Amino acid sequence: MNTIVNYLRSLFLLELLKGLKLTGRYFLSTKFTVQYPEEKTPQSNRFRGIHALRRYANGEERCIACKLCEAVCPALAITIEAEPRDDGQRRTTLYDIDLFKCVYCGYCEEACPVDAVVLTRVYEVAFDRRGQNIMTKQKLLAMGDEHETQIAADRTTDARFR
Amino acid sequence: MADDSKVTIQVDGQTVEARKGAMLIEATDAVGIDIPRFCYHKKLSVAANCRMCLVEVEKAPKPLPACATPVTEGMVVHTASPLARGAQKGTMEFLLINHPLDCPICDQGGECELQDVAMGYGGDISRYAEGKRVVPNPDIGPLISTDLTRCIHCTRCVRFGEEIAGLRELGATGRGEHTTIGTYIKHAVASELSGNVIDLCPVGALTSKPYRFTARPWELRQQAGVAMHDGVGSNFWLHTRGSRVLRAVPRDNESINEVWLADRDRYSYLGLNASDRLLTPQVKRDGAWHPCDWSEALRVAAQGLREAAGEEGGEQLGFLAAPNATAEELFLLQKLARGLGSAHLDHRLRQGDFSAQAAEPRHPWLGMPVADLEGVDAALVIGSHLRKEQPLLNHRLRKAALRGAQVAFLNPLEFDSNFPVAHSLVASPVALVTELAAVAAALAGASGKAAPAGLIPEGTAPGEAHAAIAAHLSEGERATVLLGALAVAHPAYGQLAALARFIADASGACLGFLAPAGNSVGAALAGVLPHRLPGGDDAAASGLDARAMLEQPRRGYLLLGVEPELDCWDPATAASALDQAACVVALSAFTSPDLLELADVLLPIAGYAETSGTAVNAAGDWQSWNGAVPPPGEARQGWKVLRVLGNEFGIEGFAQRDSREVLEELRAACADLAPDNAAPSAPTPTQPVLDGLVRVGEVPIYACDAVVRRAAALQATDDHVEACVHLAPADAEQLGLNGVAQVSVTQGDLHLTLPLSVDARVAPGSVWIPAGVPGSSRGPACGPVTIDKA
Repeated sequence: MNTIVNYLRSLFLLELLKGLKLTGRYFLSTKFTVQYPEEKTPQSNRFRGIHALRRYANGEERCIACKLCEAVCPALAITIEAEPRDDGQRRTTLYDIDLFKCVYCGYCEEACPVDAVVLTRVYEVAFDRRGQNIMTKQKLLAMGDEHETQIAADRTTDARFR
Repeated sequence: MADDSKVTIQVDGQTVEARKGAMLIEATDAVGIDIPRFCYHKKLSVAANCRMCLVEVEKAPKPLPACATPVTEGMVVHTASPLARGAQKGTMEFLLINHPLDCPICDQGGECELQDVAMGYGGDISRYAEGKRVVPNPDIGPLISTDLTRCIHCTRCVRFGEEIAGLRELGATGRGEHTTIGTYIKHAVASELSGNVIDLCPVGALTSKPYRFTARPWELRQQAGVAMHDGVGSNFWLHTRGSRVLRAVPRDNESINEVWLADRDRYSYLGLNASDRLLTPQVKRDGAWHPCDWSEALRVAAQGLREAAGEEGGEQLGFLAAPNATAEELFLLQKLARGLGSAHLDHRLRQGDFSAQAAEPRHPWLGMPVADLEGVDAALVIGSHLRKEQPLLNHRLRKAALRGAQVAFLNPLEFDSNFPVAHSLVASPVALVTELAAVAAALAGASGKAAPAGLIPEGTAPGEAHAAIAAHLSEGERATVLLGALAVAHPAYGQLAALARFIADASGACLGFLAPAGNSVGAALAGVLPHRLPGGDDAAASGLDARAMLEQPRRGYLLLGVEPELDCWDPATAASALDQAACVVALSAFTSPDLLELADVLLPIAGYAETSGTAVNAAGDWQSWNGAVPPPGEARQGWKVLRVLGNEFGIEGFAQRDSREVLEELRAACADLAPDNAAPSAPTPTQPVLDGLVRVGEVPIYACDAVVRRAAALQATDDHVEACVHLAPADAEQLGLNGVAQVSVTQGDLHLTLPLSVDARVAPGSVWIPAGVPGSSRGPACGPVTIDKA
């Protein structure tokens, strides 16, 4: 009996049609392949891309050189030097993040008492020269200035869970 | 004296034995039971005003402060019972009410007592919603920065000022929430120990200004070190990050510096980071400096010295070493000098008289361990601004004086003292000898001991003060006679030392030498003396001493850490001798203008934090340390440079691979030498003729050596001294100089114009012109001087 059923199955190419049915279903269904770079995947508001240093609304940089991010960084990617600024405030003179070392764990953002260092949604990073992997203080602040609206909105969304 | 009997108490179920009369916290600290505290400090009086150490004592109605509760027999204490914990937590909450939450920008963050205790006793949420207190920060000088909003009113700094520094500098004004800590008088904190309030402050209200915001405690590595700027040899920790020393903090050593550190030792590391560090070997060709590599520099140095020596061997070579070099460097320098056949080597750069050097002890010392100085009953300090010269020895003597010891000073200037002085004899350098002779005569009369012939001039009649000093010295169970830097610089030092020796002998007091630098004693032991070999044996033939080898110029010199214009007794003579020399090789950590002018080869060596080494302090304690950071640039450790230089000359015994091997050789040479101030031979000092006005070249506290002179923060304090002439009012009157701003100073052939200050502290006949200060008179530190209208 089994032999007959198997014979009929292979005669009418039932397995093949079953496979083609699946193919056909996917062929006709909505596609979820993202056509990068024309299209982009949606991101969580907690996305951990490259870093930025934020400023207050009055333009004053937030970072106070407490070095907690440097201390917490598991990859030792952050280097900070500090001294009193001309007005006597504690500020960094050097704030470097080595993107080759960074593991994007987000601990620095977690440790920051003034929400200065944040991980942005920017993830498209490419270097063509040695040295570009170092995010200097200027680059970080420029990053923050550029994406401040998004950064602030993301923090507001997440505020409930903090 | 305190009662030594013991009482037994119960703490947390543990039986603890304590001295009768001790406070509870002392007993618990001794057995390692932790009670939180802020205002209690083992070296300060008990204030009991922070209330953090409240503990439950059975049968007491309320919790009691452990720092102010004496132990009694059978006391039962609970340090962690619900009542005690409740009291401690309540106190903590009150303390935190006005404390700002600015730990991230506070330099104390990470090493803060309040932070630590708050972790254990603080609540997680503040119930306080009202406004916090804000206090303006007074500027109290270049060493200490203030953030008084953080102050928790423990008053440790206030008690330190009163009890240890001897100056009421910081005080608490206002009551309750309005209490603020400020300077009573609105100027910089003037104590030479002021930096200790930084360590005492349990919060970040008082922090170090030069260190401000540069690092966080968890980034720092800690290395043990020994201070080299005075004879105390204070122990400290050097805190380093990468290859920089970022601060120095005291390392507890009860027998030397207790828990304190003088500002000079604390901030001198700033000099190591000075901009004029010598970073590469340099050779002078046709008057211009050329950086070169080590092999060439060493070859040029060896060749230059060889040519300068010529056929006379070492006779034409002179070796001068700073007394704050390490013992290893000094020992190798000695080996090099003697290997080259020269006996002209010395470290006593600021000594004025060598006529009685044969009577100098083989192992000079303070005469007692540092800690014993606080137990003396009487002291006579000859020629020393002790407070600025040896701040921590002064602290020990101050403790003795507050206990009732009779301390007398004999000085050419009336120096401020921070303790009650029984007698202060102020006499010009000319009269210094006669004043001391009068004390000796009083003792000779009282004790019946005859002074050596010719020591006490004919017709010396002791006055009342002299007799009183003599009486105190003989009556005191433990008395001491101390010779300081101004005595050493005196042109009749031999005679002063002989008189001091007689006074000590006749009164039963012990004679002590206040070693001027961290390794003065070590240098004597290492044989950096023209008349002594390592270990104190007499050299076969005595060479020229520091003064003579400059007055009788040699053709070649080797300088170890010496800045001739500022470190020598007679800078002008030193400069002219070095200028005439065919070859001057300088091992130095800095490029000072005088070395650039006078030297021919500059070899960069490490500073005190960058080399391993050993120092022997005034009390004969040998203390070794390892380098905390690598030397900058091409600089190398001094002992290595001297070793290679020895190899360059082909001298035997320069094969050490480690500074410890050098030290072992030195220790072997000194094996059977104990500290002893006995004179190996009877002193025969010459008596120089001094007349008229005499310069007193006191070296200010922050001009003592090359590193300290470059510590910017120290130079910004009120203790920084500019070149200036200080004249007694009587002399100013006589010379018609009242109201004159500038005067012309003449020492021998040297003339210069300096500002004049008429100063009542100066003895008539003395002219106080600081030495070791750029722009000051370049003549002998103590010698005849003429003052005229400019």
